[in-house]
Amino acid sequence: MIFLTQDPIDFNAAYQHIQAGEAGAINFFFGVVRNNTQEKSVELLDYEAYGPMAVREMQKIADEACRRWPVLKYIIIHRTGTLYIGDMAVLIGVSTPHRGDSFEATRYIIDTIKQTVPIWKKERFNDGDVWVNATP
Amino acid sequence: MACALTGNEFARLFVPMTQPHTILLFGITRDLVGQNRVAVQLPANSRVADLMTTLHEQYPALAGIQSILVAVNSEYADTDQLLNPSDEIALIPPVSGG
Repeated sequence: MIFLTQDPIDFNAAYQHIQAGEAGAINFFFGVVRNNTQEKSVELLDYEAYGPMAVREMQKIADEACRRWPVLKYIIIHRTGTLYIGDMAVLIGVSTPHRGDSFEATRYIIDTIKQTVPIWKKERFNDGDVWVNATP
Repeated sequence: MACALTGNEFARLFVPMTQPHTILLFGITRDLVGQNRVAVQLPANSRVADLMTTLHEQYPALAGIQSILVAVNSEYADTDQLLNPSDEIALIPPVSGG
């Protein structure tokens, strides 16, 4: 399951969603808002997505993960809107029969999301803001 | 003079017809242009590369971005992809999700 949402991420619901009888491992990754970047203090992050395409790209990533590893269930939730320090911006959960595959599949999913999914974040500092990765 | 062309007919033959395209803008592209969508006129059979040339001429501020990709109907497009007026076209500046 893939969700793009403005609402806070509900970890317990996500956990329920990827339980499977055949699972010997459930692995989660949470991406959270850090209070600094390159030694500058960050106040908040504004996330924006090209919704339909973002969901489509995340689906491609999930499908590829399911081809590469014996994924029983997965869940990807990405938030948009204004997030503050410590807020969860992304959750990825994968259940597999054995632990190694769940680690690898989760890592593949988050690494690829960062490369291809049309979601952008703007860092707000006390003296202005910057779109991450956008300028040389 | 059965073969003579009126001014309008002449124009239709030799001036390329342009078509309207709406381009969705996100992130830094929206901030630099100051709108979340722009309309551009492109000659028929224009490609993604032609669109980018026109956009850079009309919005020079776009040059300040690391790189820009184009999505057509929610898929990343190659620079030689043909554009139709019915396509949903979006500029995709460098992504930074996660």
